[in-house]
Amino acid sequence: MADQARAQPLPEIAAVSWRPLVDAERLRRRGELWTLTTVAHVLPFVFAGGMLVALQPIALPVALACIAHAWVIPELYAARGANVVRRRRRAEPARAPETLALGLLGDLVGHAARNAYIATGLVPEPGRLGTWLVGPAGALLVRRGRLGRGRVDCWCVRVREADLPDADRVSHLLLALRADEQGFATVANLAFSGAVWRVRRRLDKPQRAALDAARSAERARPPVGPPVE
Amino acid sequence: MDHTGHTTVAEWTPGDADSVEAAVAAFRQELELGAIAMVTTGPGQAEHVRELPVDADLVILRRPIAGG
Repeated sequence: MADQARAQPLPEIAAVSWRPLVDAERLRRRGELWTLTTVAHVLPFVFAGGMLVALQPIALPVALACIAHAWVIPELYAARGANVVRRRRRAEPARAPETLALGLLGDLVGHAARNAYIATGLVPEPGRLGTWLVGPAGALLVRRGRLGRGRVDCWCVRVREADLPDADRVSHLLLALRADEQGFATVANLAFSGAVWRVRRRLDKPQRAALDAARSAERARPPVGPPVE
Repeated sequence: MDHTGHTTVAEWTPGDADSVEAAVAAFRQELELGAIAMVTTGPGQAEHVRELPVDADLVILRRPIAGG
């Protein structure tokens, strides 16, 4: 479990020294800001659509276009979040390296998590901030939001190395996450933060199951306190 | 970890000074090339090391991560 105190900060933090270190409180505030921003994008279109119909019913098509905008904007945000773990279709996967990399990944996470990776492309990893689902080019952090509702943060993070097997990419990310969870979240770029269901519908079926399992795990465990500095 | 899945950079035995010396040299060379050395410290835990921990069973060299 990536729940240790920050004994050693991640070396990669030096490359993003201007970013404040992510902790549970900062994560909560960023999530709320994300929601407020989405509302600020959506409300004017809803308001404009309503006003148009109220003032001139013949403007209904324009009002509907406004409502469509209001619907599309959050959808695009959620799609961007889901994209961080979308599985790539490779023309010709290199089987031997991938098999070898899977072996190492299995040594790191155990057989159950490795099998989960084979089925979903995601490795579940419990952490202090929440439950992580780590993929080759990004990670989802499932945590409790306001009122105990499930919330997911989608992080775009990767190893900038060409031709690495996907399982190796996951191992790189996993090791960094295990060494310094807060540092990992600081280095990664937040692509989306919002309700679990908004990302869930954008994932493929096996990944939805992984997301559901992570959400269940979050519900089941008691709330944790602030990280020890 | 590399494009082949992974490659063994060095193997050593704590009691064998020559193998340790060779492993330390290989370790430092990899670090100079930008690798980050990690050791597993328990279930779900890892830490990075700047000197070769001779008593460790396995040291994994990873590449730096970055936001996408």
